[in-house]
Amino acid sequence: MSAETTAAVELRGLTKHFGNVVANAGVDLRVERGTIHGVIGENGAGKSTAMKMLYGILTPDAGQIFINGKTRVWTSPSDAIAAGIGMVHQHFMLAGPYSALDNIVLGAEPVRLGVIERTKARARLEALARQYGLPVDWDEAIDELPVGVQQRIEILKLLYRDAHILILDEPTAVLTPQETNELFRNLKKLRDEGKTILLITHKLKEVMSFTDRVTVFRAGKVTGEMQTSQTNPQELANLMVGRKVVLSIDVPPAHPRDELAMDVTGLSLAGAVAGSRHKISEVSFSIKRGEIVGIAGVEGNGQSELLEAILHPRDPLCRTSGTVRFLDEDVTSWEAWKIRDLGVAVIPEDRQQEGLLLERPVSENFLLGLQRSSAFSHAGFLNAKALQMAATQAVEEYDVRPRDLAILAGKLSGGNQQKLIVAREFQRKPRMLIAAQPTRGVDVGAIEFIHNRIVRARDEGAGVLLVSSELDEILTLSDRILVMYEGRIVAEFNRDHVTERELGLKMAGS
Amino acid sequence: MRKFLQPILAVVFGLALGLGFTRIAGESPWHVLQILGKSAFGSSYDLGMTLFYSTPLIFTGLAVAVPLQAGLFNIGAEGQLTLGALAAASVGALWPGLPWPLAPAFATMAAILAGTVWGAIPGWLRARRGSHEVINTIMLNFIAAGLASYVTLYLLKNPDTQNPETRPIGPGYHLLQFGFFNGAPVSMALPLAVVTAALVSILLWRTVLGYELRAVGQNESAARAAGIDTGRMRIIAMCLAGGLAGLVGVGEVLGNAGKFRLGFSPEYGFIGIAVALLGRNQPGGVVAAALLFGALHKGTSDLDLETEHVTRELSLVLQALIILSVSAEGLWSWMKKRSEA
Repeated sequence: MSAETTAAVELRGLTKHFGNVVANAGVDLRVERGTIHGVIGENGAGKSTAMKMLYGILTPDAGQIFINGKTRVWTSPSDAIAAGIGMVHQHFMLAGPYSALDNIVLGAEPVRLGVIERTKARARLEALARQYGLPVDWDEAIDELPVGVQQRIEILKLLYRDAHILILDEPTAVLTPQETNELFRNLKKLRDEGKTILLITHKLKEVMSFTDRVTVFRAGKVTGEMQTSQTNPQELANLMVGRKVVLSIDVPPAHPRDELAMDVTGLSLAGAVAGSRHKISEVSFSIKRGEIVGIAGVEGNGQSELLEAILHPRDPLCRTSGTVRFLDEDVTSWEAWKIRDLGVAVIPEDRQQEGLLLERPVSENFLLGLQRSSAFSHAGFLNAKALQMAATQAVEEYDVRPRDLAILAGKLSGGNQQKLIVAREFQRKPRMLIAAQPTRGVDVGAIEFIHNRIVRARDEGAGVLLVSSELDEILTLSDRILVMYEGRIVAEFNRDHVTERELGLKMAGS
Repeated sequence: MRKFLQPILAVVFGLALGLGFTRIAGESPWHVLQILGKSAFGSSYDLGMTLFYSTPLIFTGLAVAVPLQAGLFNIGAEGQLTLGALAAASVGALWPGLPWPLAPAFATMAAILAGTVWGAIPGWLRARRGSHEVINTIMLNFIAAGLASYVTLYLLKNPDTQNPETRPIGPGYHLLQFGFFNGAPVSMALPLAVVTAALVSILLWRTVLGYELRAVGQNESAARAAGIDTGRMRIIAMCLAGGLAGLVGVGEVLGNAGKFRLGFSPEYGFIGIAVALLGRNQPGGVVAAALLFGALHKGTSDLDLETEHVTRELSLVLQALIILSVSAEGLWSWMKKRSEA
C-alpha cells in the first residue's frame, strides 16, 4: 500500500486485452483533487476502456488503481461507488415515467419499516441542490424534463451517493451550446466545492475552455498529459491522431445554380399510431444545385424523421403529408429505390445500422443500392468483374484502409467504414447529396477528407442537405443554415450572418 | 476452418451422446456404429434407401436455408411439403390419362405452386402485417395437415384399400427409378434435388435478387435505406421456400408411392431445419447435410432388428440427439451473429 500519491485518482500501468486486441497498454493517468481533468482521444483510443476499469465495469489485466493514495481493487461498480466514484453515462440511466426524486433515490432509498422516507430524501436533496446550485423540480416525471435537466439529475444522483470523483462520458453530445455552458458552470462550481471531475470528450474546444489538465489517448496509450493552459487545439489534435492534421478546412463561397435540387413543402409526419404527436410539422425548404444547406438542431428534434419522410415518402409505417420534390420530380408517391435512382446519394445517420452489411465483405457493401444499375448487373445477374474493378478503384480513390475488398465491413474502423459509404454513394454521380452526421465517430483525419469531398460535390453541381448535431460542422460547411426545433424549421440564416450564440438560442427554442 | 469444424463437432457430440445411451441400454457403441454404417451403406439397396431419404431433406433443407439467408425462420416446410405432395397426387388422380412427359411436368408445377402458396401466406403476413413467421408457419402446418386429411379421406379416397391414401396417379406420371439400387425407390427426383440446389446457389450468389435477399437478411435497415423493398423480399423468400418444400411431393408421389399417403413424411420439414443449420445455409452444405441425415435415418431404422437392446424408441432418441446437438449449435451461432449485427 504505497501512500506516495496524493492525487484523487491515479492509474498506473493499466492494461487490458480483448482477445488479441490491446485496448489499454500501460495507461498512466493522474488526476489531482479538486480539478476538472479532460480525457480526450479518438473513438477506440482506449479512453472509455480506462474509465470503465476505473469505475469497476472492467477488470484490468495488469496495473493498479489508486484512489486518494490508496490502492484499490474493484469486483464491480458498486465497490467503486462505495469508494466515492460516480459516472454519468453518455446515454442517461433514468426511468422515464418516474419523478426526478424517485430516480435519484432509486437503489439508495432511505427506508424505514419497508417504506421509503421521501420527506427525508427530499430534505437531503434540497440541501445538496442548494449547496451546488443545481435546481430541479423533484416531482416532475423525467420524460417531461429537458435533456439538460435530466443530466443535472444524473449528477445529483452521484452527489446523493456521496461521490467525490465524477466521470462524465461525452456529456455535451445532446446539449445546446447554452446548456453546455450551463453544464460547465455547474461543473466548475462542483470543482470549487472540492469535487474531482473527469471529462471524457472528443471536442477540443471543450477541453480548451473548461479543463485544468488534459490527458490524450491514442491507440490504447497515453500520448500526452499537460496543463490545459500550456497547450493548444492543434497540438492536442496532433497528439490524438499521431500526425499533423488540418483542423478546419477553408470552404470557398458557393455558386448555386438556378435549378432546384430539392424542394419540400408543407411536410408533416405523424407517428405510426393514429393520433400520436406530429414528429415534424409543416416543414418547407428548398435547396439549389451547387449549395449546401445545413440543418442545425439538438438531436431528437425531428431530424431523423425528416430524413425518413423525404427518403421513404411511401412507407406505410409513417403517415406523411405535404410534397417532396427532387430534381424537378414530384417523388411524394415514389418508392425509395426510384428516388435514389434520380441521383440522390445518402450518407445515413447511423452508418452501421443503415449503411453497411457488417458481416459481408467490402465489395458487397460497395454494391449496396447499386445492384440494379446497368454498370453492375445485366438481366438480373450480377457482374462480379465490373464490381471488383469499380470497387478496387473506389477504395483507392477514397482511401479506404486496408485496401482489401474481401475484408468484412465490420472489421474496418469507423472512419474507413464512413469513407466506404462515401465512396459508394459518390459512385452514383450525385446531383443531390444528403449527408446525415457525416463525421460522427470518425477520426479527425477522416473528417477533413469527408468535408473536402462534400464541398467538392457541391462545386460539381450537387445540392447538399447536411444534417448534423455538431455546430462547428454546420458552420464550416453550410452556405445556408436552417434550425430545427421540435419538428419545425424555426429559423434560417446565411452562413456569414450568424453567430454560434444566435444558433444556440434558436436550437433551444427561444 | 472453424466454420467447418464446428458443425462436424456437433454431429460427433450428438452421436457420442446417443451411443452413451445405447451403452447404458447394454449395447456396445462399436457394435451400434457398425450396424449404422452397414445399414446405411452396406449394399446398393441400402445406399439407395439412404439416397431416397436424403432427397426430400435436400428440398426441405433448402426451404429453410433460403429464408434464413433473408432473415426468416421457416418452420413451415412440413405443411408446405404436405400440400405440395397432395397437389401432385391430386393432379395425377384427377387427370390420370395425361401422357409422359406432360404429366410429371404438370404434377411438378402443381406441387411447386401449392407449396409456394403455403409459403406466401406467412411471408405476406410478416411483410405487410408484421406478424411473426415462426408462429404463422407452425399454425399453417396444422391447417395443411387438416386439409390433407380432408382431401384424402373425403374427396380422393382410394376405394381399394383401408389405408388413408388417395386414388393412384395415372401411369404417365411415374418417374424413372434407377435400377442400380436393387429396388430402392431412387428416382429422377434425386438429380432434380441436386440440380435445384445448384440453381439456388446461383440465385443466392450470382443474381441481383439473391443479393437483395441476403442484404435483407444481413441488415434490414441498411437494405431498406439502400432502396430495397424489404417486404417484397420477405414474401419472395417465403414463396421460394414453399416451392422448394413442395418439390418433396415429386419424389414421394411420382417417384415412389404413386399416390398421397397421409403421414408419409417422417417430419422431413423439421429435420430440414437441422439440415439447413448443419449445412450453414449454403446449398452445397445442405446437400451434404441431407446425405448425412438420410444415412442416419436409414441406419437407425435397422437398429432394433439387428441389436438386442436398442429398441425402435432408442434409435429415435439417437437420431434426435444428433439433430438436437446440430440444431443447438447452428441456432446458437445464428443467433450470436444476429445479436452482434
